[in-house]
Amino acid sequence: MTSPATVEPRKTALNLTHRRMGAKMVNFGGWDMPVEYSGIIAEHNAVRSAAGLFDVSHMGEIELRGPAALQLVQRVTCNDASRLVPGQAQYSGLMTSAGTFVDDLLVHKISDTHYFLCVNAGNQDGDYAHICRHNTFGAQTENTGARYSLLAVQGPRAKSILQRFTPVPLDPIRYYHFTFGAVDGVDCMIARTGYTGEDGFEIYFAPEHSEKLWQNLLEAGKTEGLIPCGLGARNTLRLEAGMALYGHEIDDTTTVWEANLGWICKTDKGDFLGHDALLKQKAEGLHRILVGLEMTDRMIARDAYPVFHDGKQVGRVTSGSPAPFLMKNIAMAYVPLELRSPGTPLQIGIRNQQAPARVVAVPFYKRQK
Amino acid sequence: MYPSDYRYTKDHEWIKLEGATATVGITHYAQEALGDVVFVELPKVGAKFDAGAAFGTVESVKAVSEVYCPVSAEVVEVNSALATAPETINKDPHGAAWMIKVRPSNAKEIEGLMDAAAYQAFIAEKEKESHA
Repeated sequence: MTSPATVEPRKTALNLTHRRMGAKMVNFGGWDMPVEYSGIIAEHNAVRSAAGLFDVSHMGEIELRGPAALQLVQRVTCNDASRLVPGQAQYSGLMTSAGTFVDDLLVHKISDTHYFLCVNAGNQDGDYAHICRHNTFGAQTENTGARYSLLAVQGPRAKSILQRFTPVPLDPIRYYHFTFGAVDGVDCMIARTGYTGEDGFEIYFAPEHSEKLWQNLLEAGKTEGLIPCGLGARNTLRLEAGMALYGHEIDDTTTVWEANLGWICKTDKGDFLGHDALLKQKAEGLHRILVGLEMTDRMIARDAYPVFHDGKQVGRVTSGSPAPFLMKNIAMAYVPLELRSPGTPLQIGIRNQQAPARVVAVPFYKRQK
Repeated sequence: MYPSDYRYTKDHEWIKLEGATATVGITHYAQEALGDVVFVELPKVGAKFDAGAAFGTVESVKAVSEVYCPVSAEVVEVNSALATAPETINKDPHGAAWMIKVRPSNAKEIEGLMDAAAYQAFIAEKEKESHA
């Protein structure tokens, strides 16, 4: 076994740009990525109040083609892709036969014979192998991550900034829909999706155009408050918005029911990987469930800290952080079902202390529409 | 940037000796690596620490970092202003954001720490590693 530290990290097309612009870099999922530019708090609040630009080209893409493409999507994911119309995307889960998560993903329907999946960077190769293993339908599969850069423009000003670069009317693109068109003269897939809890767009395009799009968007967006953002702010934004992160809230030991993601699981769509296991768990009842927590003193809960109730450990924090917009310290954790109600007092084990917290509703933050 | 009358540790604390007491904080390099500091936990006056023992915790939005006592010492004063204004650590790490004042039990230990030139060479080497 080679330890991850000795493996050369992978780089997006903007790697040198990030370094030249002074971003702080970290290894994330085997990728050398910007974690922050001007600071997580400033970047986070820019996205809530104006706009932020993220290089998320580390995300993986997998494309399924042919008459059997839908059958394969339906077999390996838990949401119902047959409900999609061309130009529509859905959040879904890539399932094990036990009904746990291989990954979470976005399924984009480009046409009846072409589905475009966006998956987590660190899971891409595993996801692709998993999909191929279950491709008994003869669908054409392709691992196309290296063919795309992905930029996310997020925040209330995202639409007006991006609109200046494209003849495609952005307003009619509804949330979780996408279209194709030129952005600054570059062919793009333009999707109204994101991972921040704000309005925004994610644009997919050939990597050689990355530098031009990155610089031109930043330059033009400056007057509207657009700033470059790193994965640090991306994480605090998604946590405030109550969105799951693979390896934290969900993994191959957790199910959609436990993770409060029942809305992406359509057991009535027909058989799929994990279908029976998920029905069984639903019938037998859950033992634990994901809840939101708010710290009630100044202490900060962090990933993997133990959760206590009446002196007994009852779970673990999956993600915990200061929430820069809410100015609170928040967390998500798995707890026994009977402790799920908002208001329930719990304690977080932080360095030999038990810091008080209480269960709160998720999402912590919801934008005004 | 790095005051010449301070001494520095490999864990990025600074210490400044004035008579029988010394002041301790974290360096500019440390605050920059941490990012926005949002929480500081400091010991009580009277607490004793061996050289290299953790005396407190600094948390940024993304990271938790322990702070180590550069020399064996007893705490005589704590900068309680940091509890409500932890961001001072980002703004003035070598001045207003001092963390504790201590009475070293063996002042000679300070001589074993890096001076400003040695510390700057040390962090320059670290920078090179991270960009390799």
